[in-house]
Amino acid sequence: MKRIVVVLALALVAVNLLACAATPTVTAVPPTQAPATAPTPTSIRASLAANSGCHLILSTTTSTQDSGLLDFILPGFQQKFNCKVDVVAVGTGAAIAIGQKGDADVLLVHDRQNEDKFVADKYARERFDVMHNDFVLVGPKNDPAKINGMKLAKDAFKAIMDTQSTFASRGDKSGTNSKELAIWATLGITPSKSLPWYSALGQGMGETLTYANERGAYTLTDRATWLAQQAKLSGLVILVGGKNINENADKDLYNPYGVMAVNPDKFPGVKYDMAMNFVAWITSVDEQKIINTYGVDKFGQQLFYASSAGWRQANPK
Amino acid sequence: MDELVTGFFQAIQLIFSLDPALYEIISLSLSVSGTALAISVVIGVPVGAALGLSRVRARGFITALLYTGMGLPPVVVGLFVYLMLSRSGPFGVLGWLFTPSAMIVAQVIIAFPLVAGLTMTAVQGVDSSLRLQVRSLGATRWQETWAVLREARLGVVAAIVAAFGGIVSEVGAVMLVGGNIDGKTRVLTTAIVLNTRTGEFAAAIALGIILLALAFIANVAMLQLQRRAGD
Repeated sequence: MKRIVVVLALALVAVNLLACAATPTVTAVPPTQAPATAPTPTSIRASLAANSGCHLILSTTTSTQDSGLLDFILPGFQQKFNCKVDVVAVGTGAAIAIGQKGDADVLLVHDRQNEDKFVADKYARERFDVMHNDFVLVGPKNDPAKINGMKLAKDAFKAIMDTQSTFASRGDKSGTNSKELAIWATLGITPSKSLPWYSALGQGMGETLTYANERGAYTLTDRATWLAQQAKLSGLVILVGGKNINENADKDLYNPYGVMAVNPDKFPGVKYDMAMNFVAWITSVDEQKIINTYGVDKFGQQLFYASSAGWRQANPK
Repeated sequence: MDELVTGFFQAIQLIFSLDPALYEIISLSLSVSGTALAISVVIGVPVGAALGLSRVRARGFITALLYTGMGLPPVVVGLFVYLMLSRSGPFGVLGWLFTPSAMIVAQVIIAFPLVAGLTMTAVQGVDSSLRLQVRSLGATRWQETWAVLREARLGVVAAIVAAFGGIVSEVGAVMLVGGNIDGKTRVLTTAIVLNTRTGEFAAAIALGIILLALAFIANVAMLQLQRRAGD
């Protein structure tokens, strides 16, 4: 009888440990895009090409995902080219790292310095402008650091530091994180976990905003993700940056996005042709117009502003 | 393959260089899981023993509950604890969300059914003639229970080891309720997720080796304890 108990106990131990190993980890890979609608009868070439197995891996920042932009525009690409786009939405730093290993076909990110480095290191042949928006500083309604209405993020950061108010950082090498650290750098400090009021989460914008909402913390966010998630963040308000990009007085908070196809010279296996289709499509005037419309009806303002070369040529200021 | 090999050697270096960031994560993992395990054992072993020894009508039902608890997906436990501790939830006033306290709560919920259930099974497996024998020698209720537990120690130890293995390697619940905050709630498992995501493979591998080693050491220690108890 005792032996049965031992065997049963050890079996349960083994099953349990195995079950824990199999527990789905919290991964950064979101569910793939909704299946593309059936190809239109006119795209005979597409159906002949039997492209139904085509998958393009897009490595991008969380803001394009969390703001809902990709869900809005990608079905158009998938229908036109009969190719599914698999989105891996992680921080820009991680997205670039994925590109450097050839695990993605195309990158859509927002960290100009690192994008330029990516090209200089020949991981991509060229970088293209796509769109831009701005960053804003959000925080608790009671605003303990009294930053409401300040013009420059730098000054607001200083006030937060001086009052030791809780600050939530992405902490994940994302474009937003880079911008945030750059602002701290202008004040001459490198924040770290040793500061009790500073929390580095190592997670995406959505999660960081949720945390900030729960803990009443300040955080730097791109306006697009903020607008898309605002309804769920009842404890937070925009304190620096104004109600729209035109009211944002801080040039440092400008947030440009770039798109790059991973270089087939380095990684022959990448889908370069389809990636360049993506680049051409997203920078095309038609698609840029669509990007400009995103969010207007739901949030009263667009979340992203077209700024591709093609668009600027067609719409000179 | 190249990446893996370099990563592995860098990981060994990291471990032996006594990197403070690494050891802070290790110590937080141990203290959170250790506390949760201690609480689960203090509540779970007596409950399991009581259930195993009693002949209450509801025992079948409670057993079914415990077995269900053992099979609970940890991430669902995390979701539940998050909703309970959120500012918009019933226990938001505690302010435990995104602190180690919330992680301990989640891990106790995960570990308790394991400890109680396996202890109960172990106790039930003890020869009933032992109880009669001990009682005939004048043992009190407590002494009788203790004697039975000693006899069932292999099963009880297995229960504790299973619980520890489960909670120290769990990632979903602690990520949700802890938030993976650097220096505050970042443990081995959540740190591995972050490091893998950001391409820091050497660090991720180092953490993975530590996690495996921890599980191994826990097993060895428990088996030693059990052997010594038998002498």
